[in-house]
Amino acid sequence: MPVKKMRKVLSLPDSLFHWLTMASALMIIVLMISFFAQLLWYSLPSIREFGWGFVLSQEWDPVRNLYGAAGAIYGTLVTTLIAMLIAAPLSFGIALFLVEFAPPYLSRVLGQAIDLLAAVPSIIYGMWGLFVFVPIMQKHVQPFLADTLGLKALPFFSGPQMGFGLLTSGIILALMILPFISAVMRDVFRMVPPVVKESAYGTGATTWEVTADVTTRYGMQGLLGALFLGLGRAIGETMAVLFIIGHVQQVSFSLFAPGTTISATLANNFAEAEGISKSVLFELGLILLVISFLIQIAAQYWLNKVRRSTGGGL
Amino acid sequence: MDASIKKLFGLSLGLAAGLGAISGLAAETLNGAGATFPAPVYNKWTYNYGQSCGTKINYQSIGSGAGIAQIKAKTVNFGASDEPLAKEEMDKFGLMQFPMLIGGVVPVVNLPGVEPGKLKLSGKLLADIFLGKISKWDDPAIKELNPELKLPSFPVAVVHRSDSSGTTWIFTNYLGKVSEEWAKGPGNGKDVKWPCGVGGQKNPGVANNVLKMAGAIGYVEYTYAVEAKMNCVNLQNKDGKFVAPALENFAASAANADWQNTPGFFMVLTEQPGEKTWPISGVTYILIYKEQASAATAKEMIKYFSWCYTEGAKLASELNYVPLPENVVKMVKDEWKKSLKAEGKQLVE
Repeated sequence: MPVKKMRKVLSLPDSLFHWLTMASALMIIVLMISFFAQLLWYSLPSIREFGWGFVLSQEWDPVRNLYGAAGAIYGTLVTTLIAMLIAAPLSFGIALFLVEFAPPYLSRVLGQAIDLLAAVPSIIYGMWGLFVFVPIMQKHVQPFLADTLGLKALPFFSGPQMGFGLLTSGIILALMILPFISAVMRDVFRMVPPVVKESAYGTGATTWEVTADVTTRYGMQGLLGALFLGLGRAIGETMAVLFIIGHVQQVSFSLFAPGTTISATLANNFAEAEGISKSVLFELGLILLVISFLIQIAAQYWLNKVRRSTGGGL
Repeated sequence: MDASIKKLFGLSLGLAAGLGAISGLAAETLNGAGATFPAPVYNKWTYNYGQSCGTKINYQSIGSGAGIAQIKAKTVNFGASDEPLAKEEMDKFGLMQFPMLIGGVVPVVNLPGVEPGKLKLSGKLLADIFLGKISKWDDPAIKELNPELKLPSFPVAVVHRSDSSGTTWIFTNYLGKVSEEWAKGPGNGKDVKWPCGVGGQKNPGVANNVLKMAGAIGYVEYTYAVEAKMNCVNLQNKDGKFVAPALENFAASAANADWQNTPGFFMVLTEQPGEKTWPISGVTYILIYKEQASAATAKEMIKYFSWCYTEGAKLASELNYVPLPENVVKMVKDEWKKSLKAEGKQLVE
């Protein structure tokens, strides 16, 4: 009730400001809904033509106008998964070192470096990937994995070693999201109140025990949030993978094989697309948006669960 | 969304036109958009023309498909495309098209131990390679054509374009003409269902991927092969002769083509007759409306295109593109006379 009373006495500038901020916030909702609606509208011809089979079909034949999204969806998910598997533990280690172990001066320098790395545009990662990293993958990493370690018996590491493909793209994505995740994780660790940690040390716990049972537990929600932030960036990333993924519409279990992602498919084809192929691209865009949306929901759900089970302050 | 893009586009063009008018450089501003393949030449032309004649011309290389869409939406004065429009489609929109430049698409290889420009392939063999039917470079079929070469036993790695492009359209058109299996399989398009290989991003991407992988074969616009000093393949043409990719051989394909009997200049310069003819040549087109709204603008545009055929020709050669042969230029000018109208009157006398 007191709030309502307050509102009545708002002066003109105040109420103007109130409406202005509300309009700005509403704009987000309008944008989101119209994005969905327009993508859906432009996807309709493709949805009518290919139905649900679109999501499962690997077909991509622009000459006969037969399209399927399985290759692009698979590539998107696999590269993102690889990126997360690499970036998550690395970021955790980086953030922990910066907060718990590094001397202050080193922590400051490394922290600056991470922030700077996070500001590098993704096209730079793509360019570096194509000219520097792909040859390294082809000459050293892939032969090492397949031959030296003998992993080529597994389907994941078999096939020709061209340097391009899902694994290379996943690693580049990992490098790209690494600074984001570690920067957020660093802040999460910093926000753990010293008094909580000190009391743990006071009971005779080692650094490892404090980290595992106190810091990580306390900041669990923040850490998960950091991971989802990285995930969100990796899944829609275009320029970093466009040049190095090889762009072949297929579902291949070999990580050395070229593949493609949804965003790379869009970037490669939209300039020349017309008719049904344009509609197919819009449907791919819609699918990417839906995937991101589902991840958001899963993230929220998980965060709530963690909040209930561990408590925690962040 | 389409409408808003058009609006935005129109707005930016309007702005550009406004700026042109303010700077007092020109009475007229011409806007064009489309093909990326001739863009280096078009950019040079518009710059030089603006310097010498004062008319400001904006060319935006946004892709052939987008260029066609823009001229249909009337947001530009002329469109540019690497793929000719069919006559029915032109008539439907009241458009005319005419050839502007000729270029060549060249298969390039990375074969250690084989000197540049020595490898010979027939069209059929090239198609078989891109069909994935030939796995090693010392395959008997390749050896038979190149008895004097020491071919390495590398696996063949095919590189194709990952983006849809006019270059791919020309290349797959050729493969379809020389190989029935290709015509029935992947077919002809700006992007096709490639049976094998890895994609490269635009011409530089393909060139880079080929240069990086021993045993690789790809296809690029001639300019890129020259600039990257790549190992080009000699191809057997329709007359059975092996020819190297060179400007005069691209020109030969245009000179020997039967333009007279192709309505609307719908000419695809692949597998044309002639001893010197390079079999994978392509034409890039300009699209304009037959009925021009403003006579002044239309006259300015025709003046510019005439300049391109004469003064512009030398500039094009410097950039490794082939200007149109004179007999074809004459046919284009005749077509202008016949078809172009502005404000109800014949435009070109």
